[in-house]
Amino acid sequence: MIEFSLAGLRRALDGGEISSRELTEACLRRIEERNPALNAFVTLCGESALKEASRADSGKAADGPLAGIPIAHKDIFCTRGVRTTAGSRILDNFVPPYDATVVERLAQAGTFLIGKTNMDEFAMGSSSETSYYGPVLNPWDLSRSPGGSSGGSAAAVAAGLVPAATGTDTGGSVRQPAALCGITGFRPSYGRVSRYGMIAFASSLDQAGSLTRTAEDAALLLDSMAGHDPRDSTCAQRPGERYSAALSPMSARALEGVRIGVVKEFMGEGLDPRCRQVFSDNMATLRGLGAAVSEVSLPRLPLSVAVYYVVAPAECSSNLARFDGVRFGLRESGADSLEALYTQSRGAGFGEEVRRRILVGGWVLSKGYFDAYYLKAQRARRLLANDFARAFESVDMLAGPTTPAPAFAVGEKINDPIQMYLNDVYTIGAALAGLPCISVPAGSVDGLPVGLQLMGRPFAEAEVLRCAHAYQLETNWHRLWPPGTTAPFDAG
Amino acid sequence: MNNLKTPKQSEPAAEFSDAELLRAAHLTRLALDDGEKPELAATLRRIIGFVRVLQELDTEGVEPMVHPLDLRLPLRADEVTESDMRTEAQACAPDVAKGLYRVPRVIEPA
Repeated sequence: MIEFSLAGLRRALDGGEISSRELTEACLRRIEERNPALNAFVTLCGESALKEASRADSGKAADGPLAGIPIAHKDIFCTRGVRTTAGSRILDNFVPPYDATVVERLAQAGTFLIGKTNMDEFAMGSSSETSYYGPVLNPWDLSRSPGGSSGGSAAAVAAGLVPAATGTDTGGSVRQPAALCGITGFRPSYGRVSRYGMIAFASSLDQAGSLTRTAEDAALLLDSMAGHDPRDSTCAQRPGERYSAALSPMSARALEGVRIGVVKEFMGEGLDPRCRQVFSDNMATLRGLGAAVSEVSLPRLPLSVAVYYVVAPAECSSNLARFDGVRFGLRESGADSLEALYTQSRGAGFGEEVRRRILVGGWVLSKGYFDAYYLKAQRARRLLANDFARAFESVDMLAGPTTPAPAFAVGEKINDPIQMYLNDVYTIGAALAGLPCISVPAGSVDGLPVGLQLMGRPFAEAEVLRCAHAYQLETNWHRLWPPGTTAPFDAG
Repeated sequence: MNNLKTPKQSEPAAEFSDAELLRAAHLTRLALDDGEKPELAATLRRIIGFVRVLQELDTEGVEPMVHPLDLRLPLRADEVTESDMRTEAQACAPDVAKGLYRVPRVIEPA
């Protein structure tokens, strides 16, 4: 049987059980069947993907570690010659003249693009409902949201349309949709992966990550994605590691000596009691693997959502100033002055949530409010990061549920921005501190998946991935498929 | 602060007046429809009220955190690495002529 993971497909391709062409055709078939309901893709590249697959089969393509495997990129990564919208009307006709570094490096590793995935507009949202291209739906229950902003990537991997996809995580946009769709979502440390060619939302927070079936697959992608890039001055000046090699050997007591801290502030009354039970079972599993589990406190964590909703909009208002209707993107016709050209193009091109964040961001940066809001939030961010640093003096890793509850219904929170913001209450802290973190499928509530989140010290990607991999060797949650979905290649 | 509910109990921020909305819209060059303004202002008052809880936090003497990395901006060697890409870069522009971006007249004729 062929396992539909990057590692499994690598073995199947190497063993001649399947060709890249057969794999790509199977993905395209499934996209054709399932995508009309899920709306996981904005743009498909079936024809070029089949060409790339044939080149891989005939040995003419690059022979990297992921050779012959089609993947999807979140539509926030620039792809040369392939439309890149960031889920926004303002970029509806934007065809980048260059590839993002992540896209380039994964192509060098041998992957090729099968399509660009749907997302909240400019990654601003937690439900994939703010996209100009309509909402993405959750393969576990089509009345529910897959989470966001990388909801298209999460839904595509969860339903087996692709074996893996890229995502970006500013405040939880990889981990939260991964949790709500029952897959693995990994966010590396801030600066671990280049942001070049990744359309910017909040520059001190944005980080490229992955949506995969397993932590092992996340390591395989990170092997190629990580490392310094001279084209991104905020990319850490340290070489990448062989993350996948750090996953073995793995004994039955793989986490012996690893100290895991349960974040006390995650366990408050906002947590669904059924998720609390799942999390308690998760800790028992980690103890069984040898980990020492204790409680730690991050006293300033309850303020993280407020910090984020000052810092992220401020940076967004600055980054999105570039969309002015002059050099690329939508231009509203009929403007009689340059000022009107800017305001009308931006007014028509940005959706509701993006406009809200630009306005809040512009305001907190403006004269009279800068100190009271923006500087205050940056100071609070420092205190929060200090809380994390202090916690890591006594433990090696932090743990908590990824979300307070399983997937919510489409439409349930979209009209109340604050309710939507609070859904990211467990993921924002690690993002503000710039830590590597992962969400792995860890249980089921009412037939819906929920995630376990692990957070490590800065640049401890290998430790986080190793812990998640040990957990997955012990559990089967990551092997489940949504109702009515079979594993590709299963039973012929 | 033992649970995560604190900001939920916030009051709308009265200081974000309708005039402040117009000022923010001007600063960020966003055209707003008259019809959307009252509800938009009310929503933004709630969001700003929500983040105002930070003002109760004692941050005396705390260095603002601009960035997660202790960042020193690196300099690269002063060498040409990219060739001229004007044609490719302008292929996605809404209106170009003779290699220039065309916009409405900025300087009035004398």
